Amino acid sequence: MSEQFEPVIVGFTCNWCSYRAADAAGTARVKYAPNVRLIRLMCSGRLDPTFVMKALAGGADGVMISGCHPGDCHYIEQNYKALRRFLLLRRTLKGFGVEPERIKLIWASAAEGMRLAHEIDSFVEEVRKLGPLNWPTWKDDQHKAEPVMEVTA
Amino acid sequence: MSAEEKTPKEKIGVYVCHCGTNIAGMVDVVGVRDWAQEHLGKDGVVISRDYKFMCSSLGQELIEKDIKELGLTRVVVAACSPHLHEKTFRTAAERAGLNPYLTELVSIREQVSWVHTDKAVATEKSKSLVAGTVKRIVYNEALEKLKVPINPNTLVVGGGIAGIQAALEIANGGFHVYLVEREPSIGGHMAQFDKTFPTLDCSACILTPRMVEAGTHPNITLLTWSEVMNVSGYIGSFNVTIKKKARFVNEELCTGCGICMEKCPLKVIDDVYEAGLGFRKVIYTPFAQAVPKYPVLDKPNCTYFKNGKCKACEKFCPTNAIDFNQQDETLNVEVGNIILATGYDLFDAGKVTNYGYGRLANVFTSMEFERLCNASGPTNGEITLRDGKTKPESVGIIHCVGSRDKNFNNYCSTICCMQSLKFAHIVKERTGANVYEFYIDMRTAAKSYDEFYQRILEEGTLFVRGKVAEVTDAARNPGEEGKLIIQVEDTLAGKQRRIPVDMVVLSSGIEPRADAKQTGKLFGISCSSDGWYIERHPKLDPVTTMTEGILIAGCASGPKDIPSSVSQGAAAAARVLDKILQKEVELEPIRASVDEAKCSGCRICNNLCPFNAISFIDDLAVTRINPALCQGCGTCVAACPAGAINGTGFSNEQIFAQIDGILMAV
Repeated sequence: MSEQFEPVIVGFTCNWCSYRAADAAGTARVKYAPNVRLIRLMCSGRLDPTFVMKALAGGADGVMISGCHPGDCHYIEQNYKALRRFLLLRRTLKGFGVEPERIKLIWASAAEGMRLAHEIDSFVEEVRKLGPLNWPTWKDDQHKAEPVMEVTA
Repeated sequence: MSAEEKTPKEKIGVYVCHCGTNIAGMVDVVGVRDWAQEHLGKDGVVISRDYKFMCSSLGQELIEKDIKELGLTRVVVAACSPHLHEKTFRTAAERAGLNPYLTELVSIREQVSWVHTDKAVATEKSKSLVAGTVKRIVYNEALEKLKVPINPNTLVVGGGIAGIQAALEIANGGFHVYLVEREPSIGGHMAQFDKTFPTLDCSACILTPRMVEAGTHPNITLLTWSEVMNVSGYIGSFNVTIKKKARFVNEELCTGCGICMEKCPLKVIDDVYEAGLGFRKVIYTPFAQAVPKYPVLDKPNCTYFKNGKCKACEKFCPTNAIDFNQQDETLNVEVGNIILATGYDLFDAGKVTNYGYGRLANVFTSMEFERLCNASGPTNGEITLRDGKTKPESVGIIHCVGSRDKNFNNYCSTICCMQSLKFAHIVKERTGANVYEFYIDMRTAAKSYDEFYQRILEEGTLFVRGKVAEVTDAARNPGEEGKLIIQVEDTLAGKQRRIPVDMVVLSSGIEPRADAKQTGKLFGISCSSDGWYIERHPKLDPVTTMTEGILIAGCASGPKDIPSSVSQGAAAAARVLDKILQKEVELEPIRASVDEAKCSGCRICNNLCPFNAISFIDDLAVTRINPALCQGCGTCVAACPAGAINGTGFSNEQIFAQIDGILMAV
């Protein structure tokens, strides 16, 4: 492999903090990796886990979810619900035979354009290391997915 | 996916903005335009254009013309962030007769051209973002803004100077205000001060007329000794539950003559108004000019409530106003807007243990000193040491106690420099003592503030620049016996100093109220990491919050001096009057609703809503959402296992289609 792998990542951001962090990064001309395409939701609590499944099934190598910092949610506490779902989702992914590291939850406030850019850069590197998401194939005899590494929630 | 075979049902226009060179410099705008025309035709794109500045009136007219002539049913504008120009383009589409919610922006400036460096990659990313939005917009619904009427009544929480100002402005405008204060009197911290900087006018002299005006205004319902217990509803119609604590005094009968306070045989230390330096009776008003004039009976300390005997107040009351059977009352009021002017707490100077407060008798806090030099205070304005007799011959005033300090609060408390200068002046004037000020930096940046600093310098106060290391009574050198020694590095002279003084005043910083977080939660607003309430915009919108209808004024959002607090009170009032005069307010129609035919009544969503918008209908065994209470976060939509909850603007279909589109160009 001479050319480096460029992962495709779908990002879900809340409207109030993280999408505005992306705006702030733009306004400040902070440079970051172009691999992430953001989808705006009103709140990270809107994130239906099927969105993540859909993105991974449709060709994304990773999914990033971003919300307001705990305690700063525009909707008071819905980002905690996103956190709960995220932790469950990691386990579910593992059950499907997908590395749970392919999804990442971050917090970025509207002022943290720099932080968002930094998180995107490091996530792109992490997914690059994991390589393309090749869905595991069923083993002929056992109907069992290839085991993957342990989850630490 | 299935749309490939069928003729697309929508006619979509795609408009790619150059934004001068802001976008065109990094994205092949024409390439994106052509790609959309070529590849997204099956999704319904009938026209794809580029333009130098889409947001200009000519750019907007371009869209309007296409809507009218080509009969576009959806508009996608690839330009800047929706937070900047979504409204512009939605309004333009509306002018041409298209529902505003059928127009979407794709951010290819903030999210692409400004943050990436490879033109080819940036162009690819732009294409995929446009594809996502084109596929999504097919599922957009025409939405109508929710219009809710504004109740003209307003609730102001906190009767300090900011709250008083806000209440008076609104009341003078002709609308009703409920002013709630948890202490027995309005006035706030300002009522405790002796003088105000930099003019040195007497605090009570300027505050009392305002208090009286608020207390007697026909449009103000004053609810002191009261607290807000619950808030429900939304802008325009909040329902507020207020607990009016029992005063044990019938307000209708009481004339405020004060005989009960005279006759009450028991004195207790007044920790609130007198900052622990003075006493008050068990039945009391905190100070002579209190508004309202009715006293409050302090039940836990009252002899009658403890032993069943005494009732001196009742015996002597000429109007039989004492009522030992009074109970807490609960009031429900309906208001359209709420202003929080809940103020601040003083930093507990005892936390800085090396300054000895609480251990060394003659170390005072700034509030204690205010009471000490106040003519109506415990010493009638005589500045004395803790023994109440001895006049100090030298006084050290330490700045930044608890402020600008990583161990306590990082921020500057704004008022302490000026407060300390004021103290220096008062000490000089009343006692002729030597005064030392220990400061890190002098911050006197407001009208006439620096002139005041110059005046204090000329009066002969000695300034030592350096952070005080310690205040101790351990004498080491001759002349230090019996004194408090201030150990400090004089950073201008470049040497350590030990300065013996008789009295130390700690200019404590100010902190968010200890219960600011709970109060914020009650009203649905959040605190910054320091604990101050967060304004909608720190520069351009400092008195509103992210929650519509909840405003903030004064020190609730950060340290402020009196002029700033008054300005904020007035500004918040102006915002409220603006809303009241509009009579109704438009709310974004991003809401969740339940398809009752699909709802299985599992109640998984029932506990997810922090706004209490979700209720369960027992008879029908289904869940319902109150659209006026729903804020549109969509958490319940994501949780519903039956897919029975639809979130307008961000439906599952829309998001799925957007994911498809984004991944299509890969």
